[in-house]
Amino acid sequence: MLQIRYVWEWPVRLTHWFNVISIIALAVTGIYIGNPNISVPETGSFVMGWMRMVHFGFAYLFSVSVIVRLLWMFIGNEYASWRAFMPWLTKEGWSHIVGTFCYYTFLRRKVPYVVGHNALAAMAYSFVFLLFAVQVISGFSLYGQYDPNGLWASVTAPFLSLFGNQVLRLTHHMITWLLIGFAIHHVYSAWLMDVKEKNGTLSSIFGGYKFIDPKDL
Amino acid sequence: MQKEEKQVLDGMVPEDILQRWETRGVSRRDFMKFCSVMTATLALPVTMMGKIAEAIEGDNRPPVLWMEFLGCTGDTEAFLRANQPTATEIILDYLSIDYHETIMAAAGHQAEAAKRQTMEKYKGKYIAIVEGSIPTAEGGIHCTVGGDSALNIVREVCGNAAATIAVGSCASFGGIPAAAPNPTAAISVSKAVPGATVMNLPGCPLNATNLTAAIVHFLTFGKLPATDSLGRPKFAYGKRIHDNCERRAHFDAGQYAEGFGDAGHRQGWCLYKLGCKGPETFHNCPTVRYNEGTSWPVQAGHGCIGCSEPQFWDTMTPFYERLPNVPGFGIEATADKIGLGIAAATAVAFGAHGVASALRKDDNSDTDPVEKEG
Repeated sequence: MLQIRYVWEWPVRLTHWFNVISIIALAVTGIYIGNPNISVPETGSFVMGWMRMVHFGFAYLFSVSVIVRLLWMFIGNEYASWRAFMPWLTKEGWSHIVGTFCYYTFLRRKVPYVVGHNALAAMAYSFVFLLFAVQVISGFSLYGQYDPNGLWASVTAPFLSLFGNQVLRLTHHMITWLLIGFAIHHVYSAWLMDVKEKNGTLSSIFGGYKFIDPKDL
Repeated sequence: MQKEEKQVLDGMVPEDILQRWETRGVSRRDFMKFCSVMTATLALPVTMMGKIAEAIEGDNRPPVLWMEFLGCTGDTEAFLRANQPTATEIILDYLSIDYHETIMAAAGHQAEAAKRQTMEKYKGKYIAIVEGSIPTAEGGIHCTVGGDSALNIVREVCGNAAATIAVGSCASFGGIPAAAPNPTAAISVSKAVPGATVMNLPGCPLNATNLTAAIVHFLTFGKLPATDSLGRPKFAYGKRIHDNCERRAHFDAGQYAEGFGDAGHRQGWCLYKLGCKGPETFHNCPTVRYNEGTSWPVQAGHGCIGCSEPQFWDTMTPFYERLPNVPGFGIEATADKIGLGIAAATAVAFGAHGVASALRKDDNSDTDPVEKEG
């Protein structure tokens, strides 16, 4: 019998979609800020001004969203827990890592069936959260330079003095592209699992429910 | 009304001081201009003008020892051309510069003896000004003056000074001699003399107005102005070039020169895309400017190269690009091309994987309980 299971609690879904919206807005405005290529004949325009305004606004939204999701790793259910993102800590996790890897590389026929994140996806998300952290820190370090006596400048001073702002700028820029690459992979994998597992993977991030056959587990 | 008058009076330069400067050949107007420029540069209220005039007049002016090491004398050049109303006269004539290799009359042992005499007589009271960085490789043999290494000299002179002012990027942060691979292991003055009170005035060259203002501050208040975490006075390095730039409106509008001499460049548009480092450089160039406040690089149509930032030769290059080159890739490879490559490769790889996965028919999870149509 198929069971209906509530897998993704509402804070997980909400932060996921806030992240999606923020990353799209931040990537679009960020690529413009890095290389402004819109022709602006009118001197009275405020194109870069608005781009930066939107970028900074979504930067705050994204940061809050990431922080809430990180906190939820310690509050939420087992699928949201920080343990789920570190499959390498358990023996069972290792077998899932190997199993999923073999499936993805066409070495194994059946996909390892799990309720929450599959092991490889969980590891990818751990890395992505690391990238998020670097983006937030490098972003606010560069942002804080508008006021060297301000709050952000005092918080981020160690990163600026350690790496220098040009290195932070390049890092911030390159991670954007890595996250774009991740987004492509993420949407593809979600589609693949939706097709292969047939348990409502794609709809689960909207509604939170998956359809699980306990016999498959 | 009376209160207002009093405030104006507080800011006025006493008449007898003005007369004394006139007899020295500095006109009232020039002296007033000098005092007001100094007050404005230091971001002090106008009521401080009188105090500044008195301090410059005072008899307690400390002697100055100016030393040059690994540098190009560009800071000396900039300072000697300081012409905010005869600042050269005011500072050089009335501030006792006892040692300065470029301008002193004495030479050889005579000059060294004058330096030693000042150091002994005014121990802990004189101002040391250092231009150029200090080489430390092989015992410091890469720069010696009068038979002693720069490292020994700077430790002795700065160690016994009331305050040390590092002028220019080399003395402040190591500058070009300390740029990779730094064959002489050149270091900044504050690193060479860790215990000394060092104020950094980076810039390539430094802005002479800032040096004069710092000295005036010292004369007026008996101490160097407040500094930031990099030892730079906040009055001169407290704001980003970008935030005071006269081209800023074009930046916010989204109007950028794409090449030197193109239509945007001729209309004075923002130099951001030509690699201007104004957004990451802290200096008062846009407000104080150089050469009698005539101009500064961005006004003249060239982007800022960040010359007053630490290790600018390594960190601010390439000067004509926004971002540094990615290590391990060719000179022409820009961050965006690599990024686009990463995104495209991801799409292609997963696209291929998707085609292969779609063709696999036997890998579905068991769906026994589900009735399939068709």
